[in-house]
Amino acid sequence: MTAGARRHPRRTDADQGTWTGVALRLAAVAALVAAWQVGTLLAADPVFWPTAEVIAVRLWEMWIANPTAWVEDGMPSLARLLGGWLAAALAGVAIGTAVGLLPWLSHVLEPVMAFLRSIPPPALLPPFIVLLGIGDGMKVALILFGAVWPVVLNAADGVANVDPTTRDAARAFRLSIADILTRVVLPAAAPRILAGLRVSLSIAVILMVISELYAATDGIGFRLVQAQRGFRTVDVWATVVLLGLIGYALNGLLAVLEARLLRGQRARTGGTR
Amino acid sequence: MNEPLLAVERLTVIYPGRAQPALADVSFSVREGELVSLVGPSGSGKTTLLRCVAGLRPPSAGAVRLAGRVIDDVPPDLAMVFQDYGRSLFPWLSVHHNVELPLRRLRLPAAERRDRVTAALSEVGLADAARQYPWQLSGGMQQRVAIARAIAYRARLLLMDEPFASVDAQTRADLQDTALEVWRAHGSTILFVTHDIDEAIYLADRVIVLSPPPGTVRAAIAVDLPRPRDQIETRGLPRFAELRTEVARLIRRA
Repeated sequence: MTAGARRHPRRTDADQGTWTGVALRLAAVAALVAAWQVGTLLAADPVFWPTAEVIAVRLWEMWIANPTAWVEDGMPSLARLLGGWLAAALAGVAIGTAVGLLPWLSHVLEPVMAFLRSIPPPALLPPFIVLLGIGDGMKVALILFGAVWPVVLNAADGVANVDPTTRDAARAFRLSIADILTRVVLPAAAPRILAGLRVSLSIAVILMVISELYAATDGIGFRLVQAQRGFRTVDVWATVVLLGLIGYALNGLLAVLEARLLRGQRARTGGTR
Repeated sequence: MNEPLLAVERLTVIYPGRAQPALADVSFSVREGELVSLVGPSGSGKTTLLRCVAGLRPPSAGAVRLAGRVIDDVPPDLAMVFQDYGRSLFPWLSVHHNVELPLRRLRLPAAERRDRVTAALSEVGLADAARQYPWQLSGGMQQRVAIARAIAYRARLLLMDEPFASVDAQTRADLQDTALEVWRAHGSTILFVTHDIDEAIYLADRVIVLSPPPGTVRAAIAVDLPRPRDQIETRGLPRFAELRTEVARLIRRA
């Protein structure tokens, strides 16, 4: 009953582990790279359309094998991203749990939250710069504001929909409020909360880049704009690829965490529903 | 002790928006140490009745008293085994922690909590499964964990809501005997809800028969079968067959 489970209804561990499965996935990656390589070779326009090979070499020189770039731009970006996302996770779970447990609170806050989450977060960049300046605080605040809503909504929904029998069992054995929260309600809502965290991570990456495109003095997004302004197209493409890789890696880490945390619930869902 | 441990007095439950009450004017009592079965056709409000007794749902009229006190919230002296073990056990906790969780509120020293959990698990034959997770066990074993959780809690009144309805016949017979053993060893008081007439008679001192909706008490039948009960001997007695016929007639007569 989780978003993850619904997305891959028929995929099992066995499918993922087979050699054919792995080979096909690698082939898809190779096809993407090959398509770019062929397309750019045919275009024969190395300034705007550098080949895959050129981009890969530049990615290596500019970022991966360049400790200075990591310290000066990579780390600040990742710190903002993770800071904003973790703040969004904590705030989102706290607010979502309260809203999910208290129907009257959810009723009262519903219009306010619906309005706030309808604001496209990039639109808040100008007012945030005016109010908070152009420092890290502003960037973290922007990421927090944009990434918090999926967590709030999913946590509220997960908490409100804890199975009635599970809730009865917790009540019948007179568990303390702390135990009900930490040992029953939050674990029961964990699949939904993690689904929310995944969505909010993607939003956090987007907002990290956007906040660095304007009014920044360092960061991966800042490098991206600098490269564009200096007409260094190869650097632009290399940085775009880097951002893709970062998003992919973070999502992968979260998926591993999710698989570990939800072992039992996955087994149960597979078994009885 | 003259006063019954559990007294259900003219209990009525009306769900909002439904004309017919789920329970109408239900009265019965359970003495300390008694094992009472409650049978009735589906929809006769058995689960609703048990939720009222557990303090999980307020009655629309009437009252439930536990040891003389009116139940208006979940009382401390009560443990419950639910039909759906898959949802009443917590899949994210190990078997040991599932049994231990309710003990945390009792402020027992850690060593005593551990002892109680170990004793309860070995009583239901699951001493070796403590570190496993509920979802790694069979349905029957999971329901044993739920029984161990109730034993370790040491409540005066044990409520069982169709606990063996979703396991196979052989496992069900084993679990019935486990329940009888627990009842005898602890001198507990059990209110056992089931729709299985044979099960109700096999286990109980008395069988209370509920009518089709709206649920009312149709009869309370004393089960004068000798104890200890035995799956083959007891069920083979002519008296067992007579009681079964009597209860079945009461249930069918609508």
